[in-house]
Amino acid sequence: MKALKESNNAVDPRIEIIDKRLENVKRVIAVSSGKGGVGKSLIASMLALTLAKKNYKVGLFDADFTSPSTHRILGVKKLEIKEEKGIIPMHVHGLKYMSIIAFSGEKTLPLRGADVSNALIELFSTTLWGNLDYLLVDMPPGISDTLLDVIRFVKKTEFLIVSTPSTLAFETVKKLLTLLKELKMPVVGVIENMKTKRGSPTRERVASANVSFLGVIPFDSEVEDALGDVDALSQTIFARKLAEIVPRIISPSA
Amino acid sequence: MHEWALAEAIISSAIDIAEKEGLAEVREVKIKVGELQQVEIEVLKFALSELRAGKLRNANFVIETVKAELRCQVCKLKWSFNKNGLDEMSTEAVHFVPEVVHAYIRCPRCGSPDFEILEGRGVWLESIKGVK
Repeated sequence: MKALKESNNAVDPRIEIIDKRLENVKRVIAVSSGKGGVGKSLIASMLALTLAKKNYKVGLFDADFTSPSTHRILGVKKLEIKEEKGIIPMHVHGLKYMSIIAFSGEKTLPLRGADVSNALIELFSTTLWGNLDYLLVDMPPGISDTLLDVIRFVKKTEFLIVSTPSTLAFETVKKLLTLLKELKMPVVGVIENMKTKRGSPTRERVASANVSFLGVIPFDSEVEDALGDVDALSQTIFARKLAEIVPRIISPSA
Repeated sequence: MHEWALAEAIISSAIDIAEKEGLAEVREVKIKVGELQQVEIEVLKFALSELRAGKLRNANFVIETVKAELRCQVCKLKWSFNKNGLDEMSTEAVHFVPEVVHAYIRCPRCGSPDFEILEGRGVWLESIKGVK
């Protein structure tokens, strides 16, 4: 008899199935940053919508369990998922969409790291994404449980890094890039968001880190009022500038 | 059903372990199911019997339910989860992602949402018996 527990080896069956759940997903792109408030959720959401408009099959997974916000960006009032031999993500604006709000609703969800890991593994192991060209993962800020678990369990993840012109943002992005390089995780590139002045400090900073610089998005004061209305969002300067960057995400060598 | 997704994961893991342990045939798989997740045992059993194949085709699945024990990080009170404190929607949410219990219940002594799930969270493979 193989006593898994006695050998300190009790097996979590969910982990084994994650690769299978994502086997028909061509690319998994985690939108990450060391800092919060740099525009990860907005970039992940608008990138998902832009790719879907180009007729790619796209999923968006909000992996920021304690502070989810993509539902506000997309104007999703109530997330209703279906259950059929797993969890079927909701269809929203041409995307397959999953967020913890399907289960926690409007309530505050305080979670420690171990709970974050467990919830992440649960959703990756039970959500049936089916065939996708892109699964965008909106990551929480920082270099903590979610990032480490995505690296550990979702082997094919590529990282799209968001920074701002601030040295404070790049300070953390630099550490994130160093870790991803050390762990040999692919980085699609870095986007500088919320540019307010001339020039792009991030472009130079990224060049020395040997990572692709994908482009600059200016600070756009119109975005706030357009949140929740994807048509209005798609008309913003933010969306137009992001659309210029998208071809470089589709073909990193372009 | 969500139970089918769990059953698929159990089968996949058990096959992997059987390969690693060099088992020619698996006779018994012991599974522990945490009470917190409110897994429907009969549905899980049915899904397992439908999905078993290869080295697992004759395996007997033994399922044991583990009571859910919670402990407050603040006042250290230990208590057992009681689903009667939750409405139907919250129960359903906890069934899918047990961690969302932190949105719905509080420590009965000090009211904190900062408690840990000591036992009885999800589904675990406890042991595998087979012949080499």
